[in-house]
This record gives sequence, C-alpha cells and structure tokens, in this order.
Amino acid sequence: MTERPVALPPSRPRGPDAGALGWLRANLFNSWGNTLLTVLILWGLAVILPPLVRWGFLDSVMSGDAAACRAADGACWAFIHEKLLFILFGTYPHDQLWRPGLVVLVFIVLLTVSCDRRLWRHWLAPLWLVGLGGMGVLMAGGVLGLPAVEDSLWGGLPLTLGLATVGLVVAFPISILLALGRRSTLPLVRGLSVAWIELIRGVPLISLLFMASVMLPLFLPTGVTIDKLLRAQVAFILFASAYLAEVIRGGLQAIPKGQGEAADALGLGYWQKMVAIILPQALSLVIPPLVNTFIGLFKDTSLVLVIGLFDLLRTAKSSLSDPFWHGFYREAYVFIGIIYFSFCFFFARYSRWLEANIKHSQKPL
Amino acid sequence: MVGSQHQAQPEASMIDQDAPIIRIEALHKWYGECHVLRGIDLDVGRGERIVICGPSGSGKSTLIRCLNRLEEHQQGRIVVDGTELTNNIRHIDAVRREIGMVFQHFNLFPHLTVLENCVLAPIRVRRQPLAEAQATARTLLERVRIADFADRYPSQLSGGQQQRVAIARALAMKPKVMLFDEPTSALDPEMVNEVLEVMIGLARDGMTMLVVTHEMGFAKSVADRVLFMDQGEIIERAAPTDFFTHPQSERTKLFLSQILNHTIGP
Repeated sequence: MTERPVALPPSRPRGPDAGALGWLRANLFNSWGNTLLTVLILWGLAVILPPLVRWGFLDSVMSGDAAACRAADGACWAFIHEKLLFILFGTYPHDQLWRPGLVVLVFIVLLTVSCDRRLWRHWLAPLWLVGLGGMGVLMAGGVLGLPAVEDSLWGGLPLTLGLATVGLVVAFPISILLALGRRSTLPLVRGLSVAWIELIRGVPLISLLFMASVMLPLFLPTGVTIDKLLRAQVAFILFASAYLAEVIRGGLQAIPKGQGEAADALGLGYWQKMVAIILPQALSLVIPPLVNTFIGLFKDTSLVLVIGLFDLLRTAKSSLSDPFWHGFYREAYVFIGIIYFSFCFFFARYSRWLEANIKHSQKPL
Repeated sequence: MVGSQHQAQPEASMIDQDAPIIRIEALHKWYGECHVLRGIDLDVGRGERIVICGPSGSGKSTLIRCLNRLEEHQQGRIVVDGTELTNNIRHIDAVRREIGMVFQHFNLFPHLTVLENCVLAPIRVRRQPLAEAQATARTLLERVRIADFADRYPSQLSGGQQQRVAIARALAMKPKVMLFDEPTSALDPEMVNEVLEVMIGLARDGMTMLVVTHEMGFAKSVADRVLFMDQGEIIERAAPTDFFTHPQSERTKLFLSQILNHTIGP
C-alpha cells in the first residue's frame, strides 16, 4: 500500500513555450528581482536613447557650413566631413595625402591577412617587417621620386597605428626575453630583468615620454639630436615591453614543471625547449590578458600629444581650433572615439575567436 | 665499495662493451638540509633490466632523475656511457641524448599531435630529416600499438594510451638506456597492463632499463636485479627470485609483506 503518487506533477516547461512572450517571461521577468532590473534598464534606455538619436541622426547636419550647423540642434557631421583629412592625416602635405592613405590601407590588409591562422607561417614575420619598413619609406619619401616629408609633419591615424604597431612588434620579443630573464637561474640576468621591468612599470608612461623628449637630449653630446618621433617610439617600446613581460611571465608560470623536464630529458637545449614547448603553451594561455594589454597600449599612444606629436587625438583637438569651425568638440571626440573603438573591438573579438580556435584544436573529439 | 676499484679508469678511454653503461659511485644528494641520497653505488650493465622499489620518500625517483641530471647531485660520480655528469652543459646534453625517460604523469606536449610529440626531439636534437623522423615515429607508434592515433592530440587519448605514446617518444631518440619513473602509478587499473606489456616487449628486445615501480609482477618476469631502497640507501640488491623468496633485511621483508598483501587484496 504505497502512499507515493505514481506520477510526478509535470514540471514547469522550460523551453520557448509561447514564442516571444515565453522567451520574455523566461529571460527577463522570471523573478521579482529580474523584473525590477528589466524595468529599470528599459526606463534608462527610454531616457537616453531618444535624445541621442535626435542629436546624432535626426537633427544632425550632414553637409553644409558652420552657420547651418549652428542653426541646427543636432550634431554637426559637416564639421567631420570638412576636417576629415586633417583629423586622419594631420599636417601631411595636402598633395601627397595618397601616401598616408595607402599606408593605412596596407596596414589594414596586413592585419586582416595575419588573422588567418592558416597563414601563420615563417614568412609572416618578415612580411610584417617588410610591410612596416615599406610604410615608413612611403611616409618619409625622399626615394623613388617621392618628395621627402619630414616626420614632424606626420600625424593622425598613420602615426597612431605606426607608434602602436612598431611599438608592439618590437616590444613583444623584448618582453619574452625579459619574462624568461626574470625566471632565469643566472643571478645577473634575473637581476637586470627585474630591474628593467620594475623601474619602467613603476613610472607612468607620460613621465617616460617627458624623459625621452626633455631629459634624453641633456645626456647627448651637443649637436647630436635624435628625432622626436623616434624618442617617443623608444619610450613607448620600453613601457610596452615591461607590461607585456609580466603578462607572459604569468603564462610561463602556469606551465607544469613536467613539460620542461620532458623537454630536458629528450635532450632539447634551453632555447629549443622554450621555443618549441614552453612558449607556445604559455602564450596561448595568456591571449586574453595579452590582448587586454595590447588594447591598453594602443590607446596609450594618445599620450604622445603631451610632447607635441600629432597623433589622432591631437589632430582632432587641433581641428577644433579653426575659428570658422569653433566649438564642435563633441563631434570630433565622438568621431575619433569611434575609430579607436573599431580597432579595439576588432582586437577583442579576434582574440576571443583565436582562443576558441586554439582550444578547439586540442579538445577531445 | 663496489666502485672503488674502478676509480683510476681514465675518462676518455675507448668504450668497452663489457663495461657498465652507467656507473654510480658514492652518490650523495641533499635537498637543503634533507639528505635524500646517502652513498649510492651502482653499476648497470648493457642490456641489464633493473627494478627499483621502496617506500615513498626513499629516494628511488631522485636516484634515476640524477642519471639524466633532472636533479643535480652534490657528491660522488655518475658516468653514463663514458661521459661523466658534471656542470658541463655539453656533457649533460650528450647524456640526455642517450637516455630516454618515461614519467609518472606522461608529460606529453599537449599542443602537439602524437606524431609531432615523437618527431620533435629527433628533428631538433638529432637533426634528422622530417621524413625519416616520421617514418621512425610511425614504426614506434606501431610497436606500442597506437599508430591509428598519430594525428590526435594527447588530451584525446586515455592515460594508458598517453603513456604508450610517451614511451614511443622516448624511443624515437634511439636511447641506449630507458628510465621509467613510476610509469603506471597514475593510471587507472585497467590500463596498467597495456603499458606493462609494452615495457616487457622492450625488455625482451634487450633495452637497458631502470624502472622505479611497485609492479612486482613486472619485476618477477623481466628484471635481472631488484633493488630495494629506503631512506636514501640501497638496502638490498638481488635477482628477483632471491629478492621475493629470501629477502635479507627486515625492512625489505616488511615492505614486501605490505606491498604483496596490498596487491593480492582481500
């Protein structure tokens, strides 16, 4: 005589039982707390979105002059339209603008090609070096019939991309050496690596840039000058190398001791062990923090404006000083914000894809 | 004591086929204050199969890890095939090329396929051409009966399969000596035999082997000598029949009673 009911009461259906309404109930209104949150967020959107859309699109002025902009309530995209070339390419000579334009284009093509893991071959690194060198030549000119353009005239997007890319490309190998050095058993190597990393990590980038631009010339013999852009680039490389080194060291520490022992037991030398066994594993482990650091450093290039280089942020600021187009700072900052965001968002998405892609190739079938 | 009469032997002498391939003389090792190897003397002949057993912490793993310098010794001599292990990195690399090692936790390279695991060292250390290294590796994978998995990653294999790959990876370097550091301890019971069978096959083919293990069945069937270690010393060394039937020391008797009872089980 069992008291137990034969069948359990039907449990609440979990699937999308009634289309959109069911989905809403299951995902947005499934508890008091969530209902409250949903309502709050909807209210927030209702407050923010309409004025934003009105400002950015409905009431905005797409083309026309400053007077038309001032008459309207919305954004003055006509300003961006007018100043586009200056913001993107700075004070580069007007009749030579195809050169920085081509540089940006080549850069984006190189970046896109490098994203495909199937193309990660030995020629990719030389290709980048050749590409970066070619871009430098294209910008500087003075050969192949290209008029020379002094680098103090360079500016805007090519400068920002150049500083960031050259900086990261040069800093990355240095940072690997620093990370390995910090874990070295040789006291001198370890001490120097620790000193480099801690000294540079301990000061803000802005002070490194000031030091490079103001203090470095004091130490140089009179008559010797190092280009301002180069000095900023060196400061940026130093800074990036210290940060990247610590990220990579984190990865190295996560690799089990047995991996190194197995490599040792097979007779691999130190560099063979690092290049073939330890680094590939360590680097793929730290892709998320590595990309995080890349993104941070990419945006940090905007600090070079303090020593008078015309990067993207500085050109945008300068474009505001045109007396005919005074006061359209919102548009200028939103515009370069979108540019920075597009690059960073691309890095972020790509890193997520890459991580999944690498993991996938090692997962159990 | 065993080694004392050989101490005058010049290092660069021609390698004598009858001379021991490994000679350990008065070996001491400390971890800080802890004296883990206390005067080990041992000669290993070519083709000899030695099983080392003993309680945990007795120094048996440390001993074989000293033979390819995964651990540094502080006193005494280790000479492998005519090369003495010192701080000289060339000597260390030379010895490591001739000694293969199989670890308790396999230590396969997870970012490389089974085949890549097996060809890496022959290509980079022995400078073999890729095709030759791959052919050798495939033969070896065939021998450990895992050829079908050549293109899989280690994480896609069972523990027993991984350990067999690890054996093939070590053999790919054509070592003169193979060290096994508790090769079956991390395996599920049903996978122990597939690994032991491979090791028995290797022993039958005449490989010089030093095996740290508690698999007494393996010791009985293939070992030429069984060593019992306790507290950093070799307490007993004997042929397996004598070792199991007439252990001399009390500590050996105690250990055997524990381990054999455990093996038989209730």
